[in-house]
Amino acid sequence: MSDKNKPQTIAQKILAYHCGRDHVSEGEIVNADVDIVLGNDITMPIAIEEFDKIGTGRVFNKEKVVIVPDHFAPNKDIKSAQQCKFIREFAREQDIKNYFEVGKMGIEHALLPELGLVLPGNLVVGADSHTCTYGALGAASTGVGSTDVAVAMATSRLWFMVPKTIKFIYSGSLKKWITGKDLILYTIGLIGVDGALYRSMEFVGPVIEKLSMDSRFTMSNMAIEAGGKFGIFEVDGTTEEFLKSRSNGNYKIFKSDPDVEYEKIYNINCSNIELQVAAPHLPSNARNARNLSNVTIDQVVIGSCTNGRMEDLRIAAEILNGRKVDGNVRTIIIPATQNIYLEALKKGYIEIFINSGCAVSTPTCGPCLGGHMGVLAEGERAVSTTNRNFVGRMGHPKSEVYLSGPAVAAASAVAGRIATPEEVM
Amino acid sequence: MIIREKAIKYGDNVDTDVIIPARYLNTTEDRELASHCFEGLDKDFKEKVNERKIIVAGNNFGCGSSREHAPLSIKASGVKAIIASSFARIFFRNAINIGLPVIASSQASDFIQDGDELEIDLNKGEITDVTRDKIFNINPLPEFIQGIIRSGGYVKFTKENIRK
Repeated sequence: MSDKNKPQTIAQKILAYHCGRDHVSEGEIVNADVDIVLGNDITMPIAIEEFDKIGTGRVFNKEKVVIVPDHFAPNKDIKSAQQCKFIREFAREQDIKNYFEVGKMGIEHALLPELGLVLPGNLVVGADSHTCTYGALGAASTGVGSTDVAVAMATSRLWFMVPKTIKFIYSGSLKKWITGKDLILYTIGLIGVDGALYRSMEFVGPVIEKLSMDSRFTMSNMAIEAGGKFGIFEVDGTTEEFLKSRSNGNYKIFKSDPDVEYEKIYNINCSNIELQVAAPHLPSNARNARNLSNVTIDQVVIGSCTNGRMEDLRIAAEILNGRKVDGNVRTIIIPATQNIYLEALKKGYIEIFINSGCAVSTPTCGPCLGGHMGVLAEGERAVSTTNRNFVGRMGHPKSEVYLSGPAVAAASAVAGRIATPEEVM
Repeated sequence: MIIREKAIKYGDNVDTDVIIPARYLNTTEDRELASHCFEGLDKDFKEKVNERKIIVAGNNFGCGSSREHAPLSIKASGVKAIIASSFARIFFRNAINIGLPVIASSQASDFIQDGDELEIDLNKGEITDVTRDKIFNINPLPEFIQGIIRSGGYVKFTKENIRK
């Protein structure tokens, strides 16, 4: 069989399409045209400095460069204000169409899909490791560095190594309260933080077919926590429904060939998966939440590019409704975009949160990376719906982060310790 | 290119949050970034790096964030090369793109001890542990990536190729 007719994965097909070929081989380095180049207030300043050195003057396409000040914005200190000012001025100079100022800004990986800026079949790079989130839309999307973004902004092209693919088949049925976060924490626990290093992860199976779009975003988002390059879902009815109001249907759907060879296949029976918590200091330290009920906490964060969407807020509201957060716990809830905030407001969730004693914030990545809006002191412990629990991630090097989905986070806020919803409802 | 320096050895999964905590990402100034390098992992790094300029680590070095500040802070600290059993994907790209040599070799990384004197010959594709008299062959990087390194980074490489 000639290479041209060899079966290919979604990842291979999208990369091949973007370098004008029928086929690319695993391990090969290709130069491909990207559809979207993304940066934020932390990574974009370096990208702009490097872009200026290349000397093309203009970005390759002012519609395809997306800039979102979300990490330390609204500005947390003078230096952050300077960085935001620097990228704002660049956006104005270059007439960047998709620059989102505070007030319109959301957490980038919730915002781009919400606005229909990423579509199936797209090749997307962003100077943020969680750019892999858009794999949920059947896109090949991955985090890169600032220099990569500089080159992509200047030339529209970037080098990629064509990854091998690992397939994850999820079967059985989900217990109550289980969401994409539990599935992905369980998966990372199974394969380790480098279990998918340089690999494309493909998520399939009967459970995935019934999984909500929000849960799919959560799973793709954390592909990087297993070292993954892409975390891809096939486009199906759920994806098309999500895109109906966000696109004109003008996109290309790629599917892996049925007879393609995967590097590895994991069969995961979901029927026994319980609510998961990743204990410090690796996302792969996945445990059943009910086995950690003696862990007392000082703070809960519900939000981030991982879990700041409607499904997460709905679950949190269901648990917090009519209950008070524990007197020793600061609970911070951060809807990921202005639209999500507004919808949560209309549905009465924000009122529930405030009545329970939670602080509700405008969109920001803030506490997830120990930036602002909930930095931890020495010896403090948080349950957080974010994505990383490395040493010092949310503040002091001697603080601790337990990662969970929204159900455990909300229940823990009420209990003052790690808890499942059944224990507080 | 030959690098002869002593080793500072670290373990597996050295993440970008311990290389350069996010609270210092409100600057692009590389000297300032360097002053906080490895703050979350090794308080003595700043002293060690005066004498020893090759980092040797285990699996998945640089996992986590895409922050280019991580390899920038390491490079600005004076580190000449990193040898690890494996590298996280984005860190690997970033290091190559800014011209910081990164070498994946689990054999070398397992063998080399903290403080050993090393010689890295990138052209010959060899790491020598001078202290303990042992030579390791390095897998050559793909030709395209070697081109980036020869140019001194991705920006210079791109400028050269735009001109062509």
